[in-house]
Amino acid sequence: MNRALVPRQVTLMRTTFLLNGRNVTADTSPTTTLLDWLREEQALTGTKEGCNEGDCGACSVMVTDADGARALNACILFMPQVEGKAVRTVEGIAAPDGTLHPVQEAMVDHHGSQCGFCTPGFITTMATAHLNGATDHDTQLAGNLCRCTGYAPIIRAAKAAEHAPIPEHMHDQALLSAKNIPGTAQTGTEPPTTPDALAKWMDQNPGGTLVAGATDVGLWVTKGFRELGPTAFLNRIPELSGVTISDTEIRIGAGTTLTELQDAIAPLHPSFGELIRRYGSVQVRNAATIGGNIANGSPIGDGSPALIALGATLHLRSIDGPRSLPLQDFFVNYGKQDRAPNEFVEAITIPRQADYLRCYKLSKRFDQDISAVCGCLWIEVQDGIVHTARLAYGGMAGTPTRAAAAEAALTDQPWQEDTVRAAMDALSRDFTPLSDMRASAAYRMETAQNMIWRYWTEDQGLATDILDVTP
Amino acid sequence: MSVAKPLPHDAARLHVKGQARYVDDMPMPKGALHLAFGLSPKASGHITAMDLQAVHNAPDVVAVLTASDLPFANDVSPSAHDEPLLATGEVHYMGQPVFMVIARSHLAARFAARQGKIEIAETTPIFSIEDALAADSRFEDGPRIYQRGDTQTGLGGAKHRLSGRFHIGGQEHFYLEGQAALALPGEAGDMHVISSTQHPTEIQHKVADAIGLPMHAVRVETRRMGGGFGGKESQGNALAVACAVAARQTGKPCKMRYDRDDDMIITGKRHDFRIDYDVGFDGAGRITALDVHHYTRCGWAMDLSLPVADRAMLHADNAYWLPHVRIESHRLRTNTQSATAFRGFGGPQGMIGMERIVDHVAAHLGLDPLIVRQRNFYAAVGDISSQEKVQTTPYGQPVEDFVLDRMVDQLVLSSDYQTRRRAVADWNATNPVLKKGIALSPVKFGISFTLTHLNQAGALVHVYADGSIHLNHGGTEMGQGLFQKVAQVAASRFGVPLEMVKITATDTAKVPNTSATAASSGTDLNGMAVKAACDTIRARMADHLAKLHQCRPDQVVFDDGQVTAGTRTYSFAEVAAMAHQARISLSSTGFYKTPDIEWDRIKGHGRPFFYFAYGAAVTEVVIDTLTGENRILRADILHDAGASLNPALDLGQVEGGYVQGAGWLTTEELVWDDHGHLRTHAPSTYKIPACSDRPDVFNVALWEGENRADTIYKSKAVGEPPLMLGISAFLALSDAVAACGPHYPDLHAPATAEAVLAAIHRARG
Repeated sequence: MNRALVPRQVTLMRTTFLLNGRNVTADTSPTTTLLDWLREEQALTGTKEGCNEGDCGACSVMVTDADGARALNACILFMPQVEGKAVRTVEGIAAPDGTLHPVQEAMVDHHGSQCGFCTPGFITTMATAHLNGATDHDTQLAGNLCRCTGYAPIIRAAKAAEHAPIPEHMHDQALLSAKNIPGTAQTGTEPPTTPDALAKWMDQNPGGTLVAGATDVGLWVTKGFRELGPTAFLNRIPELSGVTISDTEIRIGAGTTLTELQDAIAPLHPSFGELIRRYGSVQVRNAATIGGNIANGSPIGDGSPALIALGATLHLRSIDGPRSLPLQDFFVNYGKQDRAPNEFVEAITIPRQADYLRCYKLSKRFDQDISAVCGCLWIEVQDGIVHTARLAYGGMAGTPTRAAAAEAALTDQPWQEDTVRAAMDALSRDFTPLSDMRASAAYRMETAQNMIWRYWTEDQGLATDILDVTP
Repeated sequence: MSVAKPLPHDAARLHVKGQARYVDDMPMPKGALHLAFGLSPKASGHITAMDLQAVHNAPDVVAVLTASDLPFANDVSPSAHDEPLLATGEVHYMGQPVFMVIARSHLAARFAARQGKIEIAETTPIFSIEDALAADSRFEDGPRIYQRGDTQTGLGGAKHRLSGRFHIGGQEHFYLEGQAALALPGEAGDMHVISSTQHPTEIQHKVADAIGLPMHAVRVETRRMGGGFGGKESQGNALAVACAVAARQTGKPCKMRYDRDDDMIITGKRHDFRIDYDVGFDGAGRITALDVHHYTRCGWAMDLSLPVADRAMLHADNAYWLPHVRIESHRLRTNTQSATAFRGFGGPQGMIGMERIVDHVAAHLGLDPLIVRQRNFYAAVGDISSQEKVQTTPYGQPVEDFVLDRMVDQLVLSSDYQTRRRAVADWNATNPVLKKGIALSPVKFGISFTLTHLNQAGALVHVYADGSIHLNHGGTEMGQGLFQKVAQVAASRFGVPLEMVKITATDTAKVPNTSATAASSGTDLNGMAVKAACDTIRARMADHLAKLHQCRPDQVVFDDGQVTAGTRTYSFAEVAAMAHQARISLSSTGFYKTPDIEWDRIKGHGRPFFYFAYGAAVTEVVIDTLTGENRILRADILHDAGASLNPALDLGQVEGGYVQGAGWLTTEELVWDDHGHLRTHAPSTYKIPACSDRPDVFNVALWEGENRADTIYKSKAVGEPPLMLGISAFLALSDAVAACGPHYPDLHAPATAEAVLAAIHRARG
């Protein structure tokens, strides 16, 4: 087991999974990361630590379960999260006889490595995309940083390998069923497997830590050395995950990953889909859940402003039963949410409705960057009059917040330039943003106001999306 | 011959399989210990008390050391002995190492290092350039000044005159592999250090001083770095010294690697600059006089700041003839990380300062900046019909190899610059929200260390009796492909396939007294040293065969894995075996020193550079006037690598350098708060270019032409110069902003979205 940070007795957890095609069982502290285990216990040092916070992708591994193969960051992946899954590291990408995988061959041929340190992470991400037939390379590789090559040769390599056949050994899904990995290693203290069981667990462990994707909690451990206390891993509660779309509403389970949400929501609300495309990276979206994004109460998470603008309802649950409230009411203050210590986020629902949503994410870098401002604007115009306005912003206050004054300046007013200008003025009464390393207060305010202008100009048919411009 | 072939990086196949080993991947002997530093929580003051009990009591801690526990030199400075490994009563920046934890695991060491309580009586910190000027806090007594002609008179008599102030941010290296070192204690106090460093000899020197032994007791090895970029020229000293001290004390192998946040908080970065200028010019935009002031924020210790600031001055002209010029440089001491080497080493800051001035001149006259650039270029030489005499730089070096006129002509055509410039204007006329911009900028970069004695290199080559070749030299591999290029040289000298040459780790026990792999000099210096070593062995073999076959040694031909003497042809392996049988030494050192350079850095006069490397880039961008968000749409580059030793690796340097340079000038913003705390200390907050930030269209070509100087196979150095091609992206952004209004945008670097929006407001007035 990982020796570090065991200041007191911890309960070891047993994790059983496939590693590069073979069965392994690991007894570790629940917060040992897959990366540390690979490097320190298995001497599989191909997987690198670049940042230890899920932002560089040097530790990328391929993780496969019944839903398919995904790239994940091993540095913020706790061992129990891979229970019953198949993990493939860079050492398992070439065929057992040593034949290079097509993406490996292409990276050599196209000079895609220089210092080589980021290369294993690129290889696993590229091999995963190759397996999944994904060819949107810029998006697939947004979570892998390279400081040497300028990326051009890497993309050339990815393109060159697109049509190469998938090597037989990459099909971990088939191997998983063949090897009959149980997915329920016995440890004595079984993690909850149903929402009811989780409610019971929360009642017995009020204030306990829930770990879904660990893209946030992972950093509490790797960077903050926080003791998590009683911890429940949610990856064994299938009922918490998935998106269900009916005639009247869209129900999003709290355990739905951002990747799953993007797939489900993009056809209905494309601007939300595009916002999620820029949320974190492939590796982060494959792990992060929408429930976690909401429950952590971050003022800069991108999911909440969009959901608030869509008029979402939040569904909490405890041993006493369910409780629902408008999502915006959940965020009380910075760091404080309307959630009892024994409650957990179960789902979010949004009404089925025509689409009036535009999401504007403003950050220093387009991909994989936390928003300075995230403005999600729903402006429903009927017969030239603004019927409904829900303007929800992240990054402008201690919580994701609706802009009441700006909404009021729009509502029931004719949809025209002076109304838009009035709403922009009114927005200055809604928020008093802060200055930090991402942006100054004045810049935040100006751009938040301009987002209303952008909605208007887009409505006038003007080109306003910098990502659509070609040379 | 294997030179000039576009071969892959020597370790490419290891890279893609995850089998290339870095320091942290080395299997450690049983009982190995791990280190972490406890850091100063304040930027400036005296340590009044330290309570380290909780550190000692933390799990798995073996020992905790402070400055008073260090047995010998407490010094990791590469220059002025002003940089203690552990603070000695005073702290000078937030993040300065104060104590050191030795523990049984990396995580235990990191955890324990957080448990210290350091009390500090704060003194008033100096953070900004303006703070430092007000307090006269500086290195050296006063500013350095290089000048030629009579700048004041020149300015006074100029038809037009402009002045301005330009801010240039620093840059974090963000090598993907953080700093790392390990030390294995040997018998009699000997120390074997494995370090991720560009400068093994300096590590050896600092470690020897720290454990009180001669340099011969310390052996330092570096197989590869996961990126360096200048950030591992001096910044690895602390880790290697800490490991050696801990290994000496405990008798156990010790390893240290910085967690990413620690790495960014502790280590130095690119120097940020303020540049003030006063320029005189005629109606055609020809510059007649320039007075330029560099204010360099050096951080708390001297490190390499003097030569960095010197090199900025040496590139204050970039590619332009300046008849009357005065360059004044202030090296300011602040309570921030000690700024250090970073690809270009001050050159980029000096160069972008000049490009900004030319841009301002062009805007003032309403001319295409390209025309103003061409009008100010140094005179081309080498053309016999040319009536122009060789012009000299402000520091008196003749510019004898100027090719930018022709390179720019070619690039203007290949990039379709003129048509696209008109198309950009047309596009802007119909787009109120988004604006495009385009710019061309040249690079002229001086090649050689400005500290003349560093321009030397050594090599060690063995030929074994089976014909296989062991190659070693003083250069280090950080991804740039040095090892492969030098191996290509060795294979070519012996006329053997590259596979017969074994590339081995840089090792102070094989080649002593080496210079850092820096200043783009790696291939120039080490390639020549290896050539010398190979040629010595080859000459011995040729002599032997010539005697056997009654021919002259120069008639013995080494080619295609074979050696031909007279009528006989042998395999290279046969010749090696024969030579061994004949008791001929098949091992040789090689040595090289750059000729024809001399430099007086105080007077600012001489010939500091062996030659210049050139390049030019055209970049097209688009900006969003509602937010300042911006994107590179297309880049066209023509770069001069001389007669390239390996065009594939050189193109890689050009592409990567451009993107890194563009990152420096756009998204990469370092932000310190009012307490001197670096708030951008992880990739979550410090944004290097990601995949989609590279240009959508990226056309890169190498200039066809060999080096006029006598370099290894007439190639040119290529490590640093391409970074400065990224300046064209910054100028294109300024051009796009200029489309928003009548005033000069006065854009500052980095051109973050916020900076661009501020410039849009200035342009609109």
